Amino acid sequence: MNWEVVIGLEIHAQLSTQSKLFSGAATSFGAEPNTNTTLVDLGMPGALPVFNKEALRMAVMFGQAVNAEIGMTSVFARKNYFYPDLPKGYQTSQMDHPIVGKGHLDITLDDGTVKRVGITRAHLEEDAGKSLHEDFQGMTGIDLNRSSTPLLEIVSEPDMRSAKEAVAYVKMIHSIVTYLGICDGNMAEGSMRCDINISLRPKGQEEFGTRTEIKNVNSFRFIERAIYTEIERQADILEDGGKITQETRLYDPDKDETRSMRSKEDANDYRYFPCPDLLPVELTQEYVDEIAANLPELPVQKAERFMSEYKLSEYDAGVLSATRAMADYFEEVAKVAGNAKLAANWVMGELSKYLNTEGKEITESAVTAEQLGGLLVRIEDNTINGKTAKNVLQSMWEGEGSADEIIEAKGLKQVTDTGAIESMIQGVLDANAAQVEQFRASDEDKQKKMIGFFMGQVMKASQGKANPGMVTPILNKLLKG
Amino acid sequence: MSLEKQDVLKIAHLARLSLDDNDAEQYQHSLTSVLDLVEQMQSVDTDGVEPLSHPLEAKQRLRDDVVTEENRREAFLANAPQTEAGLFLVPKVID
Repeated sequence: MNWEVVIGLEIHAQLSTQSKLFSGAATSFGAEPNTNTTLVDLGMPGALPVFNKEALRMAVMFGQAVNAEIGMTSVFARKNYFYPDLPKGYQTSQMDHPIVGKGHLDITLDDGTVKRVGITRAHLEEDAGKSLHEDFQGMTGIDLNRSSTPLLEIVSEPDMRSAKEAVAYVKMIHSIVTYLGICDGNMAEGSMRCDINISLRPKGQEEFGTRTEIKNVNSFRFIERAIYTEIERQADILEDGGKITQETRLYDPDKDETRSMRSKEDANDYRYFPCPDLLPVELTQEYVDEIAANLPELPVQKAERFMSEYKLSEYDAGVLSATRAMADYFEEVAKVAGNAKLAANWVMGELSKYLNTEGKEITESAVTAEQLGGLLVRIEDNTINGKTAKNVLQSMWEGEGSADEIIEAKGLKQVTDTGAIESMIQGVLDANAAQVEQFRASDEDKQKKMIGFFMGQVMKASQGKANPGMVTPILNKLLKG
Repeated sequence: MSLEKQDVLKIAHLARLSLDDNDAEQYQHSLTSVLDLVEQMQSVDTDGVEPLSHPLEAKQRLRDDVVTEENRREAFLANAPQTEAGLFLVPKVID
């Protein structure tokens, strides 16, 4: 049977506020257990929440960035369930009146086609604490530092039809929230987590199949692999005539499999109701308009500017604007080097090779944007040629210093003295008298093919330091005799 | 609408309340009478009326995003029956 996969995603983005959603405790990651807590976060009776202004502003920014309706009146609701890392016995979330309503964004697929993905809603909610199941006297340890940390839960329509589309969507959300500066996007630290809803249906069928939900996947690669694995699992069941159980599953990257967490039938009954401790949040049109007017440049706009301002190709602009960190790095290199096309080539080419080999992000690059820019300046002013520059970059990557220091220390400066180049070329011609003889006896077409040989010999003799732009005319002149 | 004893026990379980048989029966009656009242209210025509999310006619006040609280872990942990390494300890839970 030919199956079509249907995917919808719920993404939790942790908002980069200083303090928590409902209390004045710090949100810093990695603090000693329970040191970032207050009476509110601990759910002490009588402790009342007060809503963080900045979290509201960030949620509205996101809504604007995905062309969504903004909830001018939004209401917090209690989602009731019992778990020790949620001491209040409910999570403060939003149900009927979320802060962000229907919106959409466009993703670009590998073949260049653009697909629109619907956003159902995005709502504010608080995170829960953390349960540590290592053995503490046979008990579970509870750390409430994360309790009441602000989250924006972004819910998509079931619009994605492949793992690739799902990953492209998550990358676009990642890109938008980091461009807006409302989330640090650090998936390894859990700042962005993803729940994947996935079902199969026979191709051509209108109605959706039974779905499963894979909880808390926290890397682009795991999202893709979890989806492939789950598609295969569901297809196997369906092809054997079985039925999919609607349930929550967990992806185990070590075994590359999903397994059941709990089935929805005996799942919690959340008994949502409006939170009596928090009043409705009302926005004015003025407030919303001001946020809209001050939105920073978004990925799509940045790519367009890279094309018009720097004359980059659509592909290059897309790659370089994919993350804010990459875009900032590129722009800094371009500024220092004074040549955007050269900067684009080196960031996407040589530098990316090093990053990929070591599995590093651009933010972890051993060579800073200023340093790379400094190297390109030396190509631009003919101090070194491109080939030498690659070697210099390797030394820079290994921490041997700036481009100028390395060029100086290794004596890599190009020879630009006409007399010196001329005598060097003469030396090469003398050493290859037979080939010179042959060259002079050949027709023009043949000569064009032979010139490469002499060029190679000259560069070899100069140890790559001769400026090719200067060698060519002198070589031509001497060869003709 | 009347609640079954089964429903009462489920509600109690969701709130992690332990009820004995007597309690359960008593709550079955009192909760049923609450639901009867709600049912009676359902007969009111509410067409075109926005559901009320809060009885106060006021809107939410906002707080500046500033860290105003300092670490009071020792005081908080002192309330807990069992702690270790700065953590609250609870009976083992496996999801």
